[in-house]
Amino acid sequence: MKPRHQRMLAVGLAIAGITIAAGLTLKAFDENMMFFIDISDVVAGNYPQERNFRIGGLVVENSIEREEGSLDMRFRVTDMQCELNVTYNGVLPDLFREGQGVVAHGAIVAGEVFVADKILAKHDENYMAPEVAASLAKHADEKLTPLQKDGVECNSG
Amino acid sequence: MRKFFNQLWKLFIQLRVFFHQLISPLWRFFHKLASPPHFYRLAATLMPWLTVPALLLITYGIYAGLFLAPPDYQQGDAFRIIYVHVPSAYLSLFAYMIMAISGAIGLIWRMKLAHAVGAAAAPLGAAFTFIALATGSIWGRPMWGTWWEWGDARLTSELILLFLYFGYMALRSSIDNTAKADKACAVLALVGVVNVLVVHFSVEWWSSLHQGQTLMKKGGPGMDADMLYPLLATILGFTFLFGALLMRRLRTEVLYRERRTRWVREMILSPEGGK
Repeated sequence: MKPRHQRMLAVGLAIAGITIAAGLTLKAFDENMMFFIDISDVVAGNYPQERNFRIGGLVVENSIEREEGSLDMRFRVTDMQCELNVTYNGVLPDLFREGQGVVAHGAIVAGEVFVADKILAKHDENYMAPEVAASLAKHADEKLTPLQKDGVECNSG
Repeated sequence: MRKFFNQLWKLFIQLRVFFHQLISPLWRFFHKLASPPHFYRLAATLMPWLTVPALLLITYGIYAGLFLAPPDYQQGDAFRIIYVHVPSAYLSLFAYMIMAISGAIGLIWRMKLAHAVGAAAAPLGAAFTFIALATGSIWGRPMWGTWWEWGDARLTSELILLFLYFGYMALRSSIDNTAKADKACAVLALVGVVNVLVVHFSVEWWSSLHQGQTLMKKGGPGMDADMLYPLLATILGFTFLFGALLMRRLRTEVLYRERRTRWVREMILSPEGGK
């Protein structure tokens, strides 16, 4: 083996080693790398009991209810399998609307309602002109995803 | 049978000779590329070929992106920051890969010019990373409702990328011996490569506030053509701009590294004065 080949091998092995080490570390911290917890997991009880956490999903259509004369509001969030009730009192980001992605920070109170202290809007990876979106929405009714999928048990929503 | 094998062997030899003839000018080109005086002139020749397309593409991309593309159905006009944010974010990773690959070439083939490429690319990469972080944050405040979220893998790994660039530059300037600095920095750049993977795949591996891939999405880009073409133009334009700036910085870097050599002295003392 020429010295050049030795160096090539050393560089290759070093990169492979670091990648594997980093991969294992990230795998070990997988839960902490998640920005939010899926609604199905929360409904199934897989969420941290002793601290606040984030949930993420879509705001259910026609689920937003506002209290007259205050910022109090409640809505439901879904991951297309399960739904969860969320209450919030505060300022909302521009992109917060029904049918759009949302991330809420807070905790489950009394075992059923997620009381949020911070609401973030999540944008998806699609960009289009308003006219295109309107025509898409027109044809979307025929193939709406059912909120409750078969085989998954949900106790809320 | 034996005749057949002889024929086959002859064919093999002919193919080898042919392949060698084909490849040797390429090798000669690479060897010449590695010679600092030759590269110093080549970089100057390349510069207009990179600068002019960069200016044309960026001018078209920004104009079409800001004035011709329709507003987004959800974000309205706010989405237009994409025409700076996405090219910068892409180049922040691209520049790092240039830095790491040239570091590996420098370590393995002991090619001094490769180390110079890394040294020249680092501040450019850091600048693009900073622009990506800043534009993302400015967009995030009205759209997401937050300037910054620590728990998010995409945001945090991009910030780590900025610190890797800073670390690389600090390490380089803290070692006086150029050869030693080159080696240490190449190793640091290679160690950091794994973070490039994390930045790129963070939105796929973990749940994230940041939206997923739009351009390399399954089933084609998730974007109208009127919005997409200006974006592709700015991405390509920024890449040319990076190339032009890299050549410019490399010329200075080569000149500084070769300051004690005869060719630099002769060039500077020549009637053209180093042009």
